[in-house]
Parts: sequence; structure tokens; C-alpha cells
Amino acid sequence: MEQKTQPSFWKKNQRALAPWLFLAPGMIMFLIYVIYPIFESVNLSFYEWDGLGAKTYIGVQNYVDLLDDDSFYTSLWNNLIWLLLYMLAIPAGLAVALFLNQTVAGIRIYKSLFFFPFVISQVVVGLIFTWFYAPGFGILPHVFNFFTGTPIAILADERYATYGVIAAGLWPQTAYCMILYLTGLNNISPDQVEAARMDKAKGWSMLWHIILPQLRPATFIALVVTIIGALRSFDLISIMTVGGPGGATRVLSYFMYEKSFSEYGFAMGYGAAIAVVLFAIMLVFISLFIVRMLSQERNA
Amino acid sequence: MTYFKTLTGMALGLALSASTALAGEIVLNSDQSDPAPKKAMEELIAGFEKANPDIKVKWNNFDHEGYKSAIRNFLTADAPDVAAWYAGNRMAPFVKAGLFEDVSDVWKDAGLDDQLKSAAASMTMDGKKWGVPYTYYQWGIYYNKDVYKKAGVTEPKNWAEFVANCEKFKAAGVDCVTTGNKGGWPAAGIFDYINMRTNGYEFHMDLTAGKVKWTDEKVKATFAEWAKIVPYMSANSNAIDWQDAAALLAQGKAANYVMGNFAVATFKQGGMTNDNLGFMIFPEITAGIPRAEEAPTDTFHIPSGAKNKADAKKFLAYVASPDAQTAMNGILGQLPVNNKATAADDPYIKAGFEELSSAYALAQFFDRDAPADMAKAGMDGFQEFIGKPESIDAILEKLQKVADKVYK
Repeated sequence: MEQKTQPSFWKKNQRALAPWLFLAPGMIMFLIYVIYPIFESVNLSFYEWDGLGAKTYIGVQNYVDLLDDDSFYTSLWNNLIWLLLYMLAIPAGLAVALFLNQTVAGIRIYKSLFFFPFVISQVVVGLIFTWFYAPGFGILPHVFNFFTGTPIAILADERYATYGVIAAGLWPQTAYCMILYLTGLNNISPDQVEAARMDKAKGWSMLWHIILPQLRPATFIALVVTIIGALRSFDLISIMTVGGPGGATRVLSYFMYEKSFSEYGFAMGYGAAIAVVLFAIMLVFISLFIVRMLSQERNA
Repeated sequence: MTYFKTLTGMALGLALSASTALAGEIVLNSDQSDPAPKKAMEELIAGFEKANPDIKVKWNNFDHEGYKSAIRNFLTADAPDVAAWYAGNRMAPFVKAGLFEDVSDVWKDAGLDDQLKSAAASMTMDGKKWGVPYTYYQWGIYYNKDVYKKAGVTEPKNWAEFVANCEKFKAAGVDCVTTGNKGGWPAAGIFDYINMRTNGYEFHMDLTAGKVKWTDEKVKATFAEWAKIVPYMSANSNAIDWQDAAALLAQGKAANYVMGNFAVATFKQGGMTNDNLGFMIFPEITAGIPRAEEAPTDTFHIPSGAKNKADAKKFLAYVASPDAQTAMNGILGQLPVNNKATAADDPYIKAGFEELSSAYALAQFFDRDAPADMAKAGMDGFQEFIGKPESIDAILEKLQKVADKVYK
């Protein structure tokens, strides 16, 4: 109808409008499923609500309680451990990628095999590692028993459980970083490598001064996905330890789930407060990276 | 993601089915997803439809775990006429939110106050009845008779003997007590029993209701008793599922398992028979304290948003009747709540019937007697205690801190 009554308007503004029309479906989805829930969560965190009855406004009480909650600090601390140790996936992925970046018969098969853990579900990864660690029929306690004389059940001991879960997470994450670096290595300019060779660069100096700078975009993406992966870790904890023993392996996202949605969770407002804290932490990291990325793009 | 889709699909299906429910049809939501409970429900519905030919039952059977979160949605969004749930504090959030209908009249009309006496207290809140119980099961100690024989140990008469036996089991290279505490609740059963045997039923109820402090000397006494057997418990019990620990008992690597009667099927799958699987009542700790038992009760309720409440009440009355409970529990392998019903001819069910009918009082179970957030914190604490019994004071301080918030 509009086109008939005002044919000139569409013609005149077609170029300006078209991108917005193409963007509209995505933007509407983003508004409904991302932006709106963020504000709703922040709003909910100021209420006490069991998910069933009436909501009661309690101001910042949820946040005050949170600061007084030992489980919150355990979760925060575990998130930090996750964040730091998950970074190991980047050098590990780079190492595997460099190792696989050669032309021998059947290399594609080896590449696929190394990428395999990223393709299977995190739930399956969690189960495999749980059985690997399991006292009784898992192999790792037997290995410990052989060397030290005492079988250690990683997931039953609150000192080691978090590290055990992170080790399981590193397996697929390394594969992810590897694939990022492999694609990066494909784009390395052979001229520069050739030129560096002429200047007698090899080994570490070649890697450090020639290869790595060209892999910077891959490193950047690997860093971002690893940080996000570490902060949103949930499935592995849920499968491997259910947050235990004694709540020692909880991270913020699992803590939030437990408070709001699990069998014993009726504290929607409290859960929302945890979600807001987690969101704030992610926001800091992500905006730091975006700012850096933008400034680099401008300088380039 | 597929799981979520199934749920949404189910919710959508429910919405459609409920809105098209005819007069003379009741919609029933429940979570009998395992084979035996499913068959019991089919029998129950068939029996009800036979007794009330003008009423049809539309049954939506949910996955057991998914039901726990689904019920919150369907009670508020699109209520069925009858919903399955649990007694005690587990129904408190729904009762307080006004989502369950008062069914005191069903109890009165059918004379249930007398017939369902043992479960009356756990169905009552604010002086009203909020549902009808249809089954419960006992908890106790399941033990491997072969292991007892091998270690030269006889069934203990009290706690001191039980603890003394543990030393002998250790000498025989067997775990005295096993449990698979990854889920947290198996240890809650041990705590409930030791606390009820040390301090009595009233104290246990006061504790779960927040009337006494976790830092109380009496609670410390309970954990002191528990600490006596912690060194003899299966190592790493916090990392394994309860079924895996059941295997330890069946294989003769452990002697005793504090469990609910539903575990008998698992023990038998592991190769145990009526000849070598023994059952005993949890031994006495403080002499002279009246014996209370755990008997988690499963129930049916009418949501306050139900459309066909008249027929739903007929269904509840039928569920409560002796015949229906005899038939249903015969298939479930559990105990009927109605005292006029007959328990099945099975040694463990008979033992459970003896145990519960002679008990001074019945507890529901830690996570049904205590409010949800307290239950969760408590089970975390028990896990921690099993791992590090020496840090009990810090654990109790932590629990009291949670309790201060939960029961304010």
C-alpha cells in the first residue's frame, strides 16, 4: 500500500532503508532474547520471589546477602581458577596446530581426530572424564595407586575436584583453539617466511617474530572464546560433580542455576542477582577486548 | 536443546488438552516415568474409570526429574485437575502460594482421618489437609548377610555394637557402611537417622523447622556419633552415584547401606536375593528414645486452578481407598498408607510394614522436612563432613548462617 501512495519515498530512501530491513529480523530477536532479559534480570534482582507467589521489593538486599554468602566467594574463586587455567588451551591449541601443520599422508584424518572432542557434546566429555576419574573402575586412581600407593579420587576431594573438571574442559577447548590456529596458519604469507629464512631465522625466533604476529587475529579470537567459555562453564560441573563435594566446584553460573532452577531452588531474585554479577564480570572482559580490537582496526 | 523442545512441546500439548477438557474428564499430571510406577498408575486409572464410568482420566506422564520444574509452570499457567507431588515441607511453597486446593472435606467424607492416620500430620498445614497420600516406603539398613557371616559378625542390637562391628569389617577388608553420595541426599538419610536416634523425633523436627540452632550442643552430639563411623565408610563416597555404591554391597565389598526400600530392586539386579540381602531397623543410639522412622510419602493434590474439582475430589477419594492402595502398592512394591489396605507378600515390604506401624512417629526425609534452600545447604554440609569430619564446627557455623536467612 505504502509503495502505491508514496512510490517516490521508497525509491528515494531504498539504499538507506534496505540494510535496516535486512537487519530487522536479527535485531528484533536480539532485542527480545538478549536485551530485554538483561533488563528483566536486573529488575528481578531487587525482588524476593519464589517463582510462584507475589514478588516483594527488597532493594539491594539480595546483593547484601550475596556479599555475606560463603558459597558466592567459593564460586567467584572457582571462576577465577577456571579463567586462569582455561588459558592453557591457547598455547596447547597452538602447539597442536603447529604440529599438525604439515603435509604427510592422511593429515586430514589426524586433524579431524584432534578436532573430535570439540564436536562431541560437553555432556559426553564430562561423562568420559567422570569414568576416567572414578574410584573403583576408572583408570586414573589406579595410576595414582601404582606410583604413590594411595588412589586419589579427584572428584571426591574438594581440593582437586575443580581442577579435575577444568582438565575435562581443556580437552575440547584445546581442540577449538587448534582449529582457529590451523586456519590462521593457512593464511601465513610464504614470502615473509621465505625472507626470514634468508635472514637465518629458525626455530623459536621464527615462531616468535614471524609466525605469531601473523597469527594475532586467531589469537585474539581464541582468547575471547576461551574467556567466555571459562566464565560460562556449566555443563561439565553439572555432569561431573553436581557442584559438589560440599559445593566446592560451584562456579557463578552453576550457583545461579542451583539457587533459581534446581530441585531446591526457589530464590529467583537471588539467582538474578548472581546472574547480574556474572554479567558485569563478563562485560568488563568483553568490553576491554572490543575496545582493543577497535583501536587496532583504526590503527591498521 | 531437544530436551527444551520436548518440554515446550509438552507444555503446548498440555495447554491444548486442558482447554478442551470436557465435563466428566479430569486431567492428571504425574511423574511415574519408571516401569513399575507407570504400570501402577495405569491400573489405578483403569480402576477409577471402572468405578466411575462417567468420568474419563486424561493422564500426562512426565519425566521424573523434569516434573520438578514443570510443576511450577503448569500450576500457575494451566493447571490440571490432579497433580502428583510429595508430602511435608515439599508441598509448602505451593500451599503458601495458594496453588493447592484445601481437600479437608475429602478426608472428612471418606473417613480418611482414621484410615490415613500415619500420614495425616505430613499432609496438614494451617489445620487443613492439602492432598491425599497414596504410597510410602521405609528407610533402614540393608546389609549383605554373606559379608556378615564372612566377618563373623552378628546383627547389632544397638549403635555401640554397630560401631564395634565396623572394626571387625575393617579387619576383614570390607567397608562397614557404604553410600553413593554424589547427589547429596543419601547422606541426608544417615543424618536424619543418627539425629533422630540421638536426640529424638521432636528435636529433629525442631531442627528442620528452624526452631533450634545448628550450632546446638545436641546437633554436635549427632555429628560426634556420625564421626564414629566415618572412618569405616566407603572412601570417595561423595564422588559416586547411589547405584554404584549399591554394587559395592552386592559384590560383598561393603556390609551395610542406609537406604530406602526402592533400592531393593537395584540390589537384586546386582545379584542379591532374599537369602543374602538383609534388612534391619537403624539401631538405637540414646537408650529409651521413642523410635521414629523415615517414610517419604508420595501424594496427589488438586491445584486451585483445576477446572473439574468435583470429579478430581472423587479421584482423590478413590486413591485413598483401601482397595486402590492395595492394588497400586502391590505393583509399586511399596507400602500402602491406608491402614485397612494389605501390604504385598514380600519380606522387605513386610519388614517395612512392621517397622513403620510400630514407629513412634514418621519423618518425611531431610529434603522434605526442611525448606528447599536449607535442605540444599544441609546436604552440602553433610558431603563436606564426610570428606573432612574434623571441620564440623565450621560446617555447623555455615549451616546456621544459612538457617538465619531461611527461617527469618
